[in-house]
Amino acid sequence: MSTQSYYVPHQSRWPILASIALFLMAMGAGSYINGLSEPGDGLGGISLLAGAVLMAYILIRWFGNVIRESRAGLYSEQMDASFRWGMSWFIFSEVMFFAAFFGALFYVRTLAVPWLGGEGDKGVTNMLWQGFEAQWPLMTTPDMEAFPGPKAVIDPWHLPLLNTILLLSSSVTVTIAHAALKRDSRNPVVIWLAATIILGAVFLYYQAIEYVEAYQELGLTLSAGIYGATFFVLTGFHGLHVTLGTFMLIIIWIRVMRGHFSSKHHFGFEAVSWYWHFVDVVWVGLFLFVYIL
Amino acid sequence: MNSLDQTLDTAAEHHGPASGISRWLYTTNHKDIGTLYLWFSFIMFLLGGCMALSIRAELFQPGLQLMEPDFFNQMTTMHGLIMVFGAVMPAFVGLANWMVPLMIGAPDMALPRMNNWSFWILPFAFTMMVSTLFMEGGGPNFGWTFYAPLSTTYAPPSVTFFIFAVHMMGISSIMGAINVIATILNLRAPGMTMMKLPLFVWTWLITAFLLIAVMPVLAGVVTMMLMDIHFGTSFFNAAGGGDPVLFQHVFWFFGHPEVYIMILPAFGIVSQIIPTFARKKLFGYASMVYATASIAFLSFIVWAHHMFTVGMPLVGELFFMFTTMLIAVPTGVKVFNWVATMFRGSMTFETPMLFALAFVVLFTIGGFSGLMLAIAPADFQYHDTYFVVAHFHYVLVPGAVFSIVAAVYYWIPKWTGNMYNETMGRWHFWLSFIGVNITFFPMHFVGLAGMPRRIPDYALQFADFNAVASVGAFIFGFSQLLLLYNVIQCIRSKDKATTEVWESAEGLEWTVPSPAPYHTFAEPPLVK
Repeated sequence: MSTQSYYVPHQSRWPILASIALFLMAMGAGSYINGLSEPGDGLGGISLLAGAVLMAYILIRWFGNVIRESRAGLYSEQMDASFRWGMSWFIFSEVMFFAAFFGALFYVRTLAVPWLGGEGDKGVTNMLWQGFEAQWPLMTTPDMEAFPGPKAVIDPWHLPLLNTILLLSSSVTVTIAHAALKRDSRNPVVIWLAATIILGAVFLYYQAIEYVEAYQELGLTLSAGIYGATFFVLTGFHGLHVTLGTFMLIIIWIRVMRGHFSSKHHFGFEAVSWYWHFVDVVWVGLFLFVYIL
Repeated sequence: MNSLDQTLDTAAEHHGPASGISRWLYTTNHKDIGTLYLWFSFIMFLLGGCMALSIRAELFQPGLQLMEPDFFNQMTTMHGLIMVFGAVMPAFVGLANWMVPLMIGAPDMALPRMNNWSFWILPFAFTMMVSTLFMEGGGPNFGWTFYAPLSTTYAPPSVTFFIFAVHMMGISSIMGAINVIATILNLRAPGMTMMKLPLFVWTWLITAFLLIAVMPVLAGVVTMMLMDIHFGTSFFNAAGGGDPVLFQHVFWFFGHPEVYIMILPAFGIVSQIIPTFARKKLFGYASMVYATASIAFLSFIVWAHHMFTVGMPLVGELFFMFTTMLIAVPTGVKVFNWVATMFRGSMTFETPMLFALAFVVLFTIGGFSGLMLAIAPADFQYHDTYFVVAHFHYVLVPGAVFSIVAAVYYWIPKWTGNMYNETMGRWHFWLSFIGVNITFFPMHFVGLAGMPRRIPDYALQFADFNAVASVGAFIFGFSQLLLLYNVIQCIRSKDKATTEVWESAEGLEWTVPSPAPYHTFAEPPLVK
């Protein structure tokens, strides 16, 4: 245990403002989405946007506070450990979020679709759609009018393979940057972090191209039955996490250039690199279970 | 507080509470935030209670007297959601905020600003959730378990707001749990080893783990609902190759650990109170810890016992039946340990002890009816009857809620510096104890006789027991106003509490003065 006393910040206005921002975003998103099916008054979109802008402002100021306190030397080693526990458990919660969608994918693939096709213990459900045959990827859905199945699915050995290489390399580059940071040599850190950011951005670019191809050429859409649903929700949430991770990397990159980190004191950098490795691992799972198998 | 100078200035010295409303809006103090959580929880308890009373009023006699069936469904749904996410969970988080730092000798929670955020999300989330009642098409009417397709294809438009409200509560719970877990793992006083932790802290450590593991799964399932409703996916629609039963699997993978989230801290509270008033050390400390951990582990592999009748392969029915029954073993260890703690103790029966004793007896009744429900072939008869309602209300009302009330009476002298009125406390206990049993015990009988749950009207043969249950519900409901009276009376009382408060209470929280100063353990105490 450290001898330095634990830093307990005095009052802060950011949490309550962040709650208001979250409320505006949630109310706005709810009204906006409900307005998609029937015309709304347009307030939803405004509220969503206002909440998002307010939230961005708060995050900048709140993290700004934390960075200033850290640079002023207020944080003891014990505080550092709190941050480490906090970030680790946050990443664990993210793992469980993805686990819900992976679980749904496995359940549908190995149980629900075969049952609908008349196989296995609950094969009697086939009477709902007689003649439906189980297959994966599910190209012909039970009700092709409501959920027209895709004409084809994404070939894993083109863009997805390239994206796998990009993301795996970015995990390597961020590790090289970390090693350089531990030696206190700043220039390689800047270069390798920049490489990581570029790799992440290129990944997102190819992911966008893949989505356009899926929608325009393959008929693989959100409403293309359960394959499209699991495909887009899994890869989509992963893409959102890569986007967030890229923003985090950019902020860390700026902080490196401003000389915020030292070989002994750089938890912000480590937290972001943990997060980046996490999105990388999720991608490997996606590549295996969504694209290849 | 935005400039660095101010930050440094405020860090250097210890302040008392700020004045005015800003104390509560901007606070980073674990005691303030604990108080906020507890008051919020109590307000939600009364709101959810009013909904319960409207349900019982309608069910007082057969036929439709007071409300439309759709409104009745909204009441059962909102009653469940508010009590689970608004009353019981925030109450436990509030107790953790107040007591965990005091019990482990920490200066505050590990991440105080995030702590404030965890709390302040909740009033906004519940404002949004309750506002759905006034929206076009009414509020959520599909039960607190919101099974698809009732909650997707056939849901009112307000379901979108319900989904976002659940997301907000999830964010709040996850951040709160991360804070608790980081505090316990990182801020223990020197010498406070893991196996010296008070049991309330141990149970909360494991509860926090459960929260972080399953709240994201809840977020996942409501996200799939949102996608199905608005963006054309077919997760829960067999026409596209999905499966409505998938909803139930994902929901209960969250839902079953969730019921332990609501009972493990209760175990912890009872394990603090019984040794104090039996004037003996807790019997079997280590086995209590291991039992808690076992229950938490088992909670992840029993979820489908909520779905025995939905159509599962026989292997599934058997697996989930046996794992569920296995939970009786660690739970039994706990009950025997509490009884062994009391055996030949010098017992006195102050209000916290009365509630704790009622907990042990009545929670055990709820546990036994749970065992009955665990038997898959028998469950085919009990499923979706009032027997299930009786079961989970026995574990949640005289279980979770009684433990929270016991904790309030036990620790309120430390919070306010004053003793509560013991006579009034006993009145509160006896009225609650009698009321709760009159309400929920008859539900076993009507359930076994076949009365289904979630209906506003019922067959004539269930009339007598329903009338009795409704009378009990009003006795129980109104007697909770005594708790409000007792708390306010205690705050204003002149009857000062001592530092120890109770004759043979042990633990660091009883070494600080009553009321506990605004900042405690700035210098960590040494635990031998």
